[in-house]
Amino acid sequence: MITNISFLLNGDEISYDVKDHWTLLHLLREEMGLIGTKEGCGNGECGACTVIVDKLAVNSCLYLAVEADKKTIETIEGLASTEGSLHPLQQSFVDNGGIQCGFCSPGMIMSSKALLDENPDADREEIKHALAGNICRCTGYIQIFESVEAAKEMGGHDE
Amino acid sequence: MNNYNSEFSVVGKPIPKLDAAQKAMGRAEYIQDIKMPGMLYGKILYSRYAHARIIKIDTSKAKALAGVHAVLTGEDVPGKMKMGFIKDNPPIKKGTVSSFRDEVAAVAAISPEIAKKALDLIEIEYEELKGIFDPEKAMEKDSPLVHEHLKSNVLKMPWNIHYGDVEKAEKESAFVVEDRFTTTWVTHCCMGTSGAVALFDASENLTIYTNTQIPSLAHKDFLEALKSMGLENKRVRVIKPVIGGGFGSKLDTYAYEHIAILLAYKCRKPVKIVFDRVEEFKATSTRQPTVIYIKQGCDKNGKLTFRDMRMVLDNGGHTSWGATTPSVMLMPISSLYRVENVKYNAKCVYTNNTYSQAMRGYGNPQATFAIESSMDILAKKAGFDRIEFRKINKNQSGDETPQGLKITSCGLEECIDAVKEELKFDGKNEKSVGTGIASLIHVGGGARIYGSDGCGAILKMDDYGKVDIFTGGTDMGQGLDNITAQIVAEELGLLAEDINVVHSDTDICPWDVGAHASRSTFVAGNAALGAAKKVKKKIQAFASKLFDVPAQEIELKNKLVFVPGDEEKSMPIGKLLRKAHFRPGGTMLMAEHFYDPDNQNMGKELKGNMSMTYSFGAHGAKVKVDEETGKVEVLEYVAAHDVGRAINPMLLEGQVYGGVVMGLGYALTEEVTVKDGEIMNANFRDYKLFTAKDAVKIKAPVIETDDKDGPFGAKGIGEPGCVPTAPAIANAIYDAVGVRIKDLPITPEKVLAALKEKNG
Repeated sequence: MITNISFLLNGDEISYDVKDHWTLLHLLREEMGLIGTKEGCGNGECGACTVIVDKLAVNSCLYLAVEADKKTIETIEGLASTEGSLHPLQQSFVDNGGIQCGFCSPGMIMSSKALLDENPDADREEIKHALAGNICRCTGYIQIFESVEAAKEMGGHDE
Repeated sequence: MNNYNSEFSVVGKPIPKLDAAQKAMGRAEYIQDIKMPGMLYGKILYSRYAHARIIKIDTSKAKALAGVHAVLTGEDVPGKMKMGFIKDNPPIKKGTVSSFRDEVAAVAAISPEIAKKALDLIEIEYEELKGIFDPEKAMEKDSPLVHEHLKSNVLKMPWNIHYGDVEKAEKESAFVVEDRFTTTWVTHCCMGTSGAVALFDASENLTIYTNTQIPSLAHKDFLEALKSMGLENKRVRVIKPVIGGGFGSKLDTYAYEHIAILLAYKCRKPVKIVFDRVEEFKATSTRQPTVIYIKQGCDKNGKLTFRDMRMVLDNGGHTSWGATTPSVMLMPISSLYRVENVKYNAKCVYTNNTYSQAMRGYGNPQATFAIESSMDILAKKAGFDRIEFRKINKNQSGDETPQGLKITSCGLEECIDAVKEELKFDGKNEKSVGTGIASLIHVGGGARIYGSDGCGAILKMDDYGKVDIFTGGTDMGQGLDNITAQIVAEELGLLAEDINVVHSDTDICPWDVGAHASRSTFVAGNAALGAAKKVKKKIQAFASKLFDVPAQEIELKNKLVFVPGDEEKSMPIGKLLRKAHFRPGGTMLMAEHFYDPDNQNMGKELKGNMSMTYSFGAHGAKVKVDEETGKVEVLEYVAAHDVGRAINPMLLEGQVYGGVVMGLGYALTEEVTVKDGEIMNANFRDYKLFTAKDAVKIKAPVIETDDKDGPFGAKGIGEPGCVPTAPAIANAIYDAVGVRIKDLPITPEKVLAALKEKNG
């Protein structure tokens, strides 16, 4: 079955015919070529595929594409400004060693963004809680926490 | 906390990783992201049994499925196409299978879905054989044989070493302790799974995009693969996409790469194989599991007299680098602390389990777990303070160890002191809280495993002051791109951002033995430095004529070429480069350098200075044990490392933090659960990695000992962070509640059982 859905993707209005069994991850990565959203497990366990749907961080590998109808979706590709400058969270991950191999980084940054948009003053415990579903094998998380905290200072949230 | 050397302009600065912005924007291309016109998708079918004979394979239904381009079985694999350093592993098996991860068929189809469906249509009849899953039992006479033609499960690769006279030393010892330790399977869990895309051009030359830490050795393996296919004198080009984590997992070539090559050749189309997470757990190699027997002794003054160790290694069904981990285990066994008499015997034994590979530390974490646990046991028996006991036996600069390791720079004592200062070790802890310490030695200046331990670099400057450097070294997230750029920038008076590091293509990058043994900063760094020095010399020679001063008076800094104290004699480097280029008989400034360290291959005697220098460190842990549940909480962690020189403190700390947390997983939570050869927890729910929630507070004091052979004094630091973690935790648990856990991981169940036994 094919369903036509329309949604707002990184500020663009999109209309797309999607198969009912497609996940949002499949739609973004395989159909639309937005490779920034990663598949780490396909099972909702690692968070590499995190995108923001109506302000909530979700695992796009577990989210059906048809469910995106009428929703507002943000992916990593939508964060930097059109002039090319990085979003404060991206800049802060770069500056504070929050990125090594980088495979978890888009998901990590999207989970952090959902957190700071909701709670701009999140403390270390709240950051740990928000990122508990995003696995990183490289950093030991410390510089990721420091990155999110530094982004807080830079105003790393949407009003 | 750390005060880094400030005499340099670029070296020693926390410059963000050069590719971090690309990664932060989601633009970095990993193997998962590569698509090509006409590309097919390959999938692999694995054995249904741990040990079985293949009676019949029927692929007709799979071949008939619309969209399927090729189906391969073991019959389609050239007889000489084999993997592993003893070539005992064909990429698709025929005849018998000896583990659940044995490949039995593969398909290529126009979509991953169709490829998967085709696998389901392959019909295989097996005759199940008796399996053997315990390496110690596999050594018994009447054990089932994993490979019948070998007549024995014990590999013909004995590790038998004796330095000094252990028997005599044991007799003369005042105190002796003896214990058995075990370590189990853990796995790398790279966030980016394994994968490759292979394609042939019209002249049958191969290009392969693959996640690899060993581009040059992979190049050689694939040339041999082509040769086995009857493709002589063809070219192989290995291209590394951005790698989503390595940790040793990509130090060999694997079945999925060879199968992609076979399918791409058969279909004459690009073929992509990428593992899903379950496959990543089941079909990639683990850290080498071990059974360790250790005996060591000391005299009445606390001086170590001897160390006698024996190990049994579960080799699994096939042989990869796991079987050679004793070569690195030998280093801490012979050389962690001063001990003159050393004996080590290791046997690798085939079983029907999964086979092991390199993983961060390459055997060192296993050996150090036993040694450092035993050090505490011995200190207690002999009545010495744990810290004092280690200091009595500490390694020192100028030592030559029984194995022949020449200790140059050595900050072990400073590391131990740093741990002591942070965690006190005064015995005044509250109930159920304890502290533990463990030290490490690791290769820090290359490791001569092959005939060459070298790395090449080619450096060219453009007309504007920018540099392209083509290095054999591999960045897989650890930051070799920065290390290379910072070293070159420092030498040429440029900024790190002026340096473009190319490390991804065997067509343009020189040879390197691979990103292993914590060798890249030292070896690839020295290669880059050598090339930069040659270019600097050329710049100085040209400027010497321009300024009419001796070449040695000319300095390079802040993108200027100048004579200090003479404002007239100064020129932006870009301008100088153009002057050198655009004139009759002009030149461009380029240089190449191949650095091969002056270290020794150990040879048959297993003796020799395998590395130019050694990295030292000490870890300390403060833990709290819940005596009701057995759960261990890490309250504080200190990881002090002698790194020679911090080329980039931020990336260095990232290596230490990441290593420690990987080590904490090894100590406390991680275990590939294997039941009769079958992996039961192939997902992140059941394989327990540390998450952000479990993250631990880590302090990482850095000791700079300015190694005389390291680039700007640097030594390797990629692996040490996870080497002494498990014994530091085990020792802290003993200090907290008085139970000694000798089997990893130290789960709450084990702690609780030990507490019950102790308390009756």
